[in-house]
Amino acid sequence: MLLAIDLGLVIEKLILIVVVISASLVIAMYTTFAERKVAAILQDRRGPNRAGPFGLLQPLADGLKLFFKEEIIPDFSNKFLFILGPALAMLTAMMTSAIIPWGDKVELFGREISLQITDVNVGILYVFGVVSLGVYGIMIGSWASNNKFSLMGGLRAASQIISYELAMGISIIALLMVTGTLSLKEMVVQQQAGYWNIVKQPLGFLIFLICAFAECNRTPFDLPEAENELIGGYHTEYSSMKLGFFLFAEYINMFVSSVIMATLFFGGYDIPFFNEATLSPNIAAILGIVALMAKVVFFIFLFMWVRWTIPRFRYDQLMHLGWRILIPLALFNMLATGASILYFQ
Amino acid sequence: MQALTSKAKQVSRKPMSFTERMYLPAIFKGMMITFSHIFKKKPTINYPEKQRPFSPVFRGMQILNRDEEGRENCTACGLCAVACPAEAITMEAAERQPGEENLYREEKYAAKYEINMLRCIFCGLCEEACPKDAIYLSETFAPADYQRKQFVYAKNELLIPHPKENPEAYKKALGNRSNKSTVN
Repeated sequence: MLLAIDLGLVIEKLILIVVVISASLVIAMYTTFAERKVAAILQDRRGPNRAGPFGLLQPLADGLKLFFKEEIIPDFSNKFLFILGPALAMLTAMMTSAIIPWGDKVELFGREISLQITDVNVGILYVFGVVSLGVYGIMIGSWASNNKFSLMGGLRAASQIISYELAMGISIIALLMVTGTLSLKEMVVQQQAGYWNIVKQPLGFLIFLICAFAECNRTPFDLPEAENELIGGYHTEYSSMKLGFFLFAEYINMFVSSVIMATLFFGGYDIPFFNEATLSPNIAAILGIVALMAKVVFFIFLFMWVRWTIPRFRYDQLMHLGWRILIPLALFNMLATGASILYFQ
Repeated sequence: MQALTSKAKQVSRKPMSFTERMYLPAIFKGMMITFSHIFKKKPTINYPEKQRPFSPVFRGMQILNRDEEGRENCTACGLCAVACPAEAITMEAAERQPGEENLYREEKYAAKYEINMLRCIFCGLCEEACPKDAIYLSETFAPADYQRKQFVYAKNELLIPHPKENPEAYKKALGNRSNKSTVN
């Protein structure tokens, strides 16, 4: 038997990839706009409302502005690495969107298409692997700038990310003990049948939320960004679209973290208190997507809400929190989960 | 050591209590405060749809005045040019010809009158110096432009509209000033 490629499968996966990536980009673009609007509303002012109706064309204007700026590559920098840094950051930010279940199955042209690009059975582990790769983007960016302050900023960013990855991983282990599977699709199906995981793992969710803030470099953990105002930071020497890639990758990271939190703890595309089997599959899938987007919007608003409420941590306070408070807490959560699973058996 | 005044405030240096060390209750309280700001009234004014009202003595762009019959008040005496601290006003005088009595009040008038808006500091000294009530500062801003040349305003841009030919525009440009009669 020769290579029997199911052409339909290839086409549907290609279309799904294009749709998911363009949707991530557009949503990240409008997240930048939403950030300015939400920041304004929380600060007793209005946001940008001049570009287009209600300012909706503002992200387009920002993107075009970045394109039109001058591309500066410093003479003494490592050119290959200089261009590789933002590319890596953007790549790892988008790769995580590959395994997220965006909705249930859709029936088109007589085929059942599942709205997930690929359902690897090590779902969460893949996400962690890609997020760890994200450190490389920042490190390479700061090293290639050939600038003492960029290097320091990049070092701080990298140390912050890897410290909070540990606590995140341990809190996920506790979740895995409860669900028994790594695959994201399985988790959503389980949450559809039973309770949402937030009920079973409240402390785990809290730890995961704090670590997600640290992974996205958002306040109160935005030391890498704050150093832009103070000294340098890993994107001092960048201009035009490379800088745009770094900043954009942060917003895509934020979007993907929100989706993962919604999927892991809040049921993904599950609509609460509603039995989707009563509707036709297409309608149920669309409603599921809408429900997921509603949860994601709430989480993104939460990210921004916290940013404009609290000041940022000092570097030693940040490390203290990550290593000496969150990791013991996550370990305790894991032990408590294990004990309660044994008890209820 | 004794405190120098009785108003010195004692700083409390107690170590943080458990609820304070948790940060979370304080963060939550802060988040509630920020959330309540969403529903407060915003003090922003949507310019240019709405504009803030100016006081009656606001000093904006200059206007050269006419009397009720439409004759220009300015006699090119040069007092405003001398009073201007930024040397923004320049003028050239000319003699009134016999057929032009309805255009100018007196025998001398300003043939060329220019104010360089980039130099003007809107202090109002020209308005105070003028003996003929010929120049005053109105409520409009000087609008933006792309070239420096276009900021040197000539006489025809500064003149108030003619009261006989264009009465509403004249009244609007006059604002709430009384057109005081001049000395002679």
